[in-house]
Amino acid sequence: MPSALETAKNPEEMTRIVIDPLTRVEGHGKVTLLQGKNRNIRQARLHITEFRGFEKFIQGRPYWELPVLVQRLCGICPVSHHLAAAKATDMIVGASELTPTADKIRRLMHYGQTLQSHALHFFHLCSPDLLFGFDDDVRHRNIVGVIEDSPEIAVQGVMLRKFGQEVIRITSGKRIHGTGAIPGGVNKSLTKSEIRYLQDDVAQMIGWAQGALELVKKIFFEQYEYHLAFGSIESNMMSLVREDGAFELYHGGLRARDKEGNNIFDHVDYRNYEDYIRESVKNWSYMKFPFITSIGEENGWYRVGPLARINNCDFITTPLAETARAEFMAIGNGLPIQSTLGFHWARLIELLHCTEAIAELLCDPDLIGNDLRNMGELQCCGTGVIEAPRGTLFHHYEINDDGIVEKASLIVSTTNNNQAMNESIRKVANQYLDGNRLTEALLNQVEVAIRAYDPCLSCATHAIGKMPMELNLLNEKDELVDRLEKRVTGQIDRTI
Amino acid sequence: MIDAQMNAPEKKEKLIVATAALCGCFGCHMSLLDIDERILQLVELVEFDRSPITDIKTVGKCDIGLIEGGVANAENVEVLREFRNNCDILVAVGACAVNGGVPAMRNQFDLKECLEEVYIHGIGVENPHIPNDVEIPLLLDKVHPIHEVVRVDYFLPGCPPSADTFWTFLTDLIAGKEISFPYSLIHYD
Repeated sequence: MPSALETAKNPEEMTRIVIDPLTRVEGHGKVTLLQGKNRNIRQARLHITEFRGFEKFIQGRPYWELPVLVQRLCGICPVSHHLAAAKATDMIVGASELTPTADKIRRLMHYGQTLQSHALHFFHLCSPDLLFGFDDDVRHRNIVGVIEDSPEIAVQGVMLRKFGQEVIRITSGKRIHGTGAIPGGVNKSLTKSEIRYLQDDVAQMIGWAQGALELVKKIFFEQYEYHLAFGSIESNMMSLVREDGAFELYHGGLRARDKEGNNIFDHVDYRNYEDYIRESVKNWSYMKFPFITSIGEENGWYRVGPLARINNCDFITTPLAETARAEFMAIGNGLPIQSTLGFHWARLIELLHCTEAIAELLCDPDLIGNDLRNMGELQCCGTGVIEAPRGTLFHHYEINDDGIVEKASLIVSTTNNNQAMNESIRKVANQYLDGNRLTEALLNQVEVAIRAYDPCLSCATHAIGKMPMELNLLNEKDELVDRLEKRVTGQIDRTI
Repeated sequence: MIDAQMNAPEKKEKLIVATAALCGCFGCHMSLLDIDERILQLVELVEFDRSPITDIKTVGKCDIGLIEGGVANAENVEVLREFRNNCDILVAVGACAVNGGVPAMRNQFDLKECLEEVYIHGIGVENPHIPNDVEIPLLLDKVHPIHEVVRVDYFLPGCPPSADTFWTFLTDLIAGKEISFPYSLIHYD
């Protein structure tokens, strides 16, 4: 059941509080809270405030532009969109299978992408909350603060991200918005010297990824009960898994499990995803609310991303990450882990897996092969699904006889988490804000819950922007009773 | 001895830089972070004010403002004007800020058509209607490059501009040199 805090009964009688913009997340969103009598929270909503309309304006473009065009949805995880669109166009050009070289180069690109995105999220965006505390000085609570206080951690984060970006550059030609994947395959293979260049650093990356994982575990256990409870909600989980149940990022079947860990569906051919998932529109957000059709809108919402993937898979193929997965799952005593802050831990298990998987792939001779592309009969539609860093990503396109796009449907990873993020902030509002006078630190806790999901609101709005922060507390008659303003200096003033 | 002291360079005050992303994809911000370990040198030269990477939510007086993305809604206009009012030097960063970029591809359609495609005619849409709550900002009918709204001092092209382009631009600007790019930095895919 969605929380009762989704919609207040008499909003006009409530006090409105707004957190705008959300910071240290990718993209643009805001949170509004309505407080009733005794400052009880009556409504909490995460709004996605921009809209771009990719589904419309790519109509009329030739299908072969899709991998390079649609990745412009997002500069943080462009490779995910590049590859999901490439997979859809593989179907369109009738390439039912890729050559081993193309398949492995795309996988390598995707591991590089997941590595850089997870490193960015943990080190650049979230480590300030985790290292300094949610109530640290606003001026200090950022990556520059980490550089000053813990330069070693900051440098490792920068170098891990750099390595992931270099993998992307070498496989796709550019670090951001590359051109490597084409319908039916890839446009180049690797040279031996490129492979050696990446191999030189990969052992160091595995070591640093292990260190980061230890750090996040230490932080989790230092305040164990708090981390388990913070913004925690019980939800269904969805992800791709490999045929044998292994953890999978690039290609597999859809698996959804309920909050007890029982299968709702398993090994579903993702080309039929429309039979399993629908999306609801709510008038207060540009981001839609997907749900599992068989359960219905009210209880069918779910979570995706690292937490869902680690919960859903039966095992991970690389040894260090598999050990880390077993250790993580042990805290659930046989049940899925529902802790929202558990996302960070799960994400770093994946970061470690990516470094290991890159090391393995770099030893594969297929990377230097020359057989790059398969083609067949042109088809009228194609669907590409991939596990992007933030979760399951769906692309679907229909074309006409001339190869021109006539219809497109995109469900981006963060959209899948829409209801769950809303539920988590309602939980935090209940846990820590209810009945309290608002402070910057309390409101940052709302953002901490959202950040755990690593939302890419850029993707989700198919947009982005930032607004100054000003919190106004109005009474029922719309009179200002309280106001917090964040100064340029970072100082927060109560200006009434 | 005294001379040496006299000639010792004064510890320079850091320049203040603010950044914002309007209607773009965040790729330009990512490309700025692609300067990698040079960020350690950069934070010696500049201090970040409002930016997606800090929790400062109001822009103050700044030396340099970097704007990614075009102008697509009322809120973008507001943020952009606030940056222009506060930044001595305002820079249009990347294809979307410079000419509207990919999001401006919607300009060939009616806005209504775009909204209907997503929220009414989309595949698997439940409860079809166009979101209209007061909490979400009004969209502009067209997406505009930022120089159509405010005066812009520099344009950094590219989708995104590469990390080396950012580095050359910022270090030349901070050093007070004329900015000049080698061919490799203004050559695109």
